[in-house]
Amino acid sequence: MISFYMFAFIAVVASLLVIAQRNPIYSVLLLIASFGALSALYVLLDAPFVAVIQIIVYAGAIMVLFLFVVMLLNAPHEDTEYDERVHPLLRPGPMRFGAGLAVALVVELWWALGRGGESGSFAGGSVTSVAAIGRSLFTDYAFPFEVTSILILVAMVGAVLLARREEPR
Amino acid sequence: MTPLLVAQIVLTLFVFVMLLNSAAVMVYVERKVAALLQQRLGPYLVGPKGMLQPLADIIKLLFKEELRPRAADPLLFALAPIISATAAFAAFAVVPFGAETTFFGLLDEPLRLQVADVNVAVLVIFAVASMGVYGIVLAGWSSNSKYSLLGGLRSSAQMISYELSYGLTLAAVLLIGNSLSLTDLVNRQAGTWLGFIPRWYVFLQPLGFLIFMTAGIAETNRAPFDFPEAEQELVAGYHTEYSSMSFAMFFLAEYVNMVTVSAVATDLFLGGWRGPFLPESLGWIWFLIKVGALLFFYVWMRWTLPRYRYDQLMSFGWKVLLPASVINLLVTAAGVLYFEL
Amino acid sequence: MVPLSHYLLLSAMLFSIGTAGVFVRRNLITILLSIEIMLNAVNLTFVAFGRALGSADGQIIVFFVMTVAAAEAAVGLAIIISLFRHRESLNPESFTALKW
Repeated sequence: MISFYMFAFIAVVASLLVIAQRNPIYSVLLLIASFGALSALYVLLDAPFVAVIQIIVYAGAIMVLFLFVVMLLNAPHEDTEYDERVHPLLRPGPMRFGAGLAVALVVELWWALGRGGESGSFAGGSVTSVAAIGRSLFTDYAFPFEVTSILILVAMVGAVLLARREEPR
Repeated sequence: MTPLLVAQIVLTLFVFVMLLNSAAVMVYVERKVAALLQQRLGPYLVGPKGMLQPLADIIKLLFKEELRPRAADPLLFALAPIISATAAFAAFAVVPFGAETTFFGLLDEPLRLQVADVNVAVLVIFAVASMGVYGIVLAGWSSNSKYSLLGGLRSSAQMISYELSYGLTLAAVLLIGNSLSLTDLVNRQAGTWLGFIPRWYVFLQPLGFLIFMTAGIAETNRAPFDFPEAEQELVAGYHTEYSSMSFAMFFLAEYVNMVTVSAVATDLFLGGWRGPFLPESLGWIWFLIKVGALLFFYVWMRWTLPRYRYDQLMSFGWKVLLPASVINLLVTAAGVLYFEL
Repeated sequence: MVPLSHYLLLSAMLFSIGTAGVFVRRNLITILLSIEIMLNAVNLTFVAFGRALGSADGQIIVFFVMTVAAAEAAVGLAIIISLFRHRESLNPESFTALKW
């Protein structure tokens, strides 16, 4: 019970710091911390397979990719004077709209969930075994599974092609 | 505080201390074996036959000055060796090294000789290995020096490339073993065929074992795949700017990673703690013997083979090892279907 | 046992943090990171509902979402790299050539 609140707190604080940090490397590292907290929440939800896959795929592969790009591009820090002077809700244009939208989103979701009343508590379930997931993936969801593999192939080819340096003429 | 809880805490501390000791022993073994392979003596002054040499090394490292380059990022510079060492130790938490034992009847229920018995143990090892990449990448970046950056990026690219073959070989073993829990996999390797060939998976998956050991050597950045930290090429790669205890932590992480890869290979392919002539409760002796043999193989490889150049290393990982592990997986799948294992 | 609405609330908070990040930040990489936060919030919702309804379908959808997120992150980063090569800047306000 207390572990849920602890990990939820870590996830929210880390995500807030991700969007508040100036240095992009710190943003990536804080996001990895947030993913770790989410993985712990998946374990609490009796989904150990998804928890481990989250660490392997998200925190271990996608974030390494982000880190590589940040390091190779030597991503500069954003200029801080503008951001420190003007509050997001007061900036002109899309930023004010976006910040206002986020605030409105939180308020609406809070209201909607508060109105739900006594929504489902968790039924007594058991840990979903990896075998059950595997069986379901290869029988009921076999078609999306194969399509996903083609998707990854397309993404790989696309990424290599997009990031290639132009040949000097 | 039931006796079982106390025993588990003691077991955790015991595993931790034993991993530290194993790193120290590996330092000595590596230098002695290297010397004997090169027909010289190696350490012989400190202690009988030089056995206290690791102790002298540790004391020297403790007394060195801890340096940090001025332009280095202080938080990341301090964090990187901690991440490396933590990932190395954490991976051993799910590796079983003996049968269930009750310590001669002191406990009410048998205690597994494994710090944490999760039923997705194989995936956890894989996940923690992926996290170990961050120690190296951050070390290379935060040192703010060109040798470190190049070494760090190359080393981490190598590690994530060889993780693929590592994972596919694990998948092939899982096809035969039908379980993700390491304890289950070891228990399925009990018994013998024809009375004397043990039912180890290495006999069912010889190619898989070779690929696993090769990918393991590349994962732990050991020769012949240690281009990113080779002295002649990149000064010392990602740990160029580190000194004293931070350097010791990287060293420690490398040796403990070696021990973990050998231990996992023993559990998956060589039957874990099972062996003839010894009762089940003394199985950890067989475990030590097998892990020791694999570690000797590691050291032997380092001092025998020349180093791969970086592009040869990457093309070997992608163009040779990955197709080989895919073929291994397909053949294993066909075999499992045909022989109904 | 924590009720389901707590998990949904946490997921909603993470989703709005991600949305705020997309709109407020002016660094292309941080915008991509905020999109990843949003995808993770959705994953949490799926797993929570899957557990509440007692089916494994939630986890299977999460599996597919993660795969798609990986593909999208790879292609997005490749695009960022080629954009950076053009303008030497990661500020989305430098790429206004199509504005009228």
